[in-house]
Amino acid sequence: MSKRRVVVTGLGQVSPVGNDVATGWANLLAGKSGIGMITRFDASDLACQIAGEVKDFDIGQYISPKDARRMDVFIHYGIAAALQAVADAGLDDVANLDKTRVGVNIGSGIGGLPLIENTGVDVVHGGPRKIGPFFIPGSLVNLIAGHVSIIKGYQGPSYGIVSACTTGAHCIGDSMRMIQYGDADVMVAGGAEGAISKLGIGGFAAMKALSTRNDDPATASRPWDKGRDGFVMGEGAGVLVLEEYEHAKKRGAKIYAELVGFGMSSDAHHITAPNADGPARGVQNALRDAGLNAADVDYVNAHGTSTPLGDANETNALKIALGDHAKNVVVNSTKSMTGHLLGGAGGVEALYSILALHHQVSPPTINIFEQDLEAGCDLDYCANTAREMKIDVAISNSFGFGGTNGTLVFRKI
Amino acid sequence: MENIEQRVKKIVAEQLGVPETDVKIDSSFVNDLGADSLDTVELVMALEEEFECEIPDEDAEKITTVQQAVDYVNAHLNK
Repeated sequence: MSKRRVVVTGLGQVSPVGNDVATGWANLLAGKSGIGMITRFDASDLACQIAGEVKDFDIGQYISPKDARRMDVFIHYGIAAALQAVADAGLDDVANLDKTRVGVNIGSGIGGLPLIENTGVDVVHGGPRKIGPFFIPGSLVNLIAGHVSIIKGYQGPSYGIVSACTTGAHCIGDSMRMIQYGDADVMVAGGAEGAISKLGIGGFAAMKALSTRNDDPATASRPWDKGRDGFVMGEGAGVLVLEEYEHAKKRGAKIYAELVGFGMSSDAHHITAPNADGPARGVQNALRDAGLNAADVDYVNAHGTSTPLGDANETNALKIALGDHAKNVVVNSTKSMTGHLLGGAGGVEALYSILALHHQVSPPTINIFEQDLEAGCDLDYCANTAREMKIDVAISNSFGFGGTNGTLVFRKI
Repeated sequence: MENIEQRVKKIVAEQLGVPETDVKIDSSFVNDLGADSLDTVELVMALEEEFECEIPDEDAEKITTVQQAVDYVNAHLNK
């Protein structure tokens, strides 16, 4: 049986660099950082006081204020990105769209942490009667998919995968399988996160995982730079409309790229420290799934979080997976500008990989002042300036706590 | 100072996301204003907050219209 082919026909994103695809992409190409001081809550007593916050976002453009009040922000971002993607794909204009064949898979790494945190405070002060009836549905990870399916009437699969910072990549990859296997013809897929709260920032800060460059937020996320000192938390969502190729062709849909491969692996090593073998196998599995060779890869949207261990490790993993060809590819970290969107990272970064391929240009990895050659970070990271280049194949890497890895492969069509 | 009926109507409108002019004294939360079971729970919590009182669950179940909410508040506010 030949595999059903899966293409990307719609894009939507909300992120620290912009609340729609065009704005976000323009800012990435211009090398603009979305990182600043935390304004969402008083972070003055935390070691880390910086984050990539979503700015000037109005959920009222997408849903009613009454509904919006009852969901935590990660659901807002997910719904907004999903509705953007659906509009971009023109799905609402398809006259005889079989909605039983349209599914949604949008996950989140943590879910409604701010709402959980605030409700906890309410309970401490006012007792259990202060727990609202929308606390649970407002914080559950799968409720982005739930709301999108309700808003749009999509009656196919509805779920969200949870795998820490690999969430978005896993959701997109698994959705590809849904279409290949025949469970759906269209999947709205991606990841979202909204965990910039005292517990969220404080929790990662307690692990010493976050940058503490509070005096210079815009340069705090600096993948592969010698001075990198941890990741910067971002928030937002990235969602794709994936569609079976013949389905898309028949309706004359605009096709951005083909999603040709997906690979997963586990480090089986440590809850937070990475090893090189796991991610390398993820990349190799994805390329095998795509029927491509290492030499076919032009562009890598790296996990590249700006942690001392992780950046060097990913470089090593790419050398294992791609061999000598690792030197020829551009390895780009858009997290240098967006920060790390955790469960949303795989979503927005799949989208940026697709745009890189679609527009034949790599965004820069900003803040590489002194590349950390000593630690073996000696690949081409597209430092500091965007670059027009030929991209036929782009891959997007995501790695998560627990040692879970996912790689997506997109090809020009 | 707004009277109790006005305050109740304002809260009902806010909580259920309907224009205040649609909220009549005899409006039923579920039948007229589109509330579901979760909405009504949240509405009672908002009334408790506004009038600084505690409405026991068995009483809360009986509050299904604006009139019943006003009556309840009137009966319990000054105790």
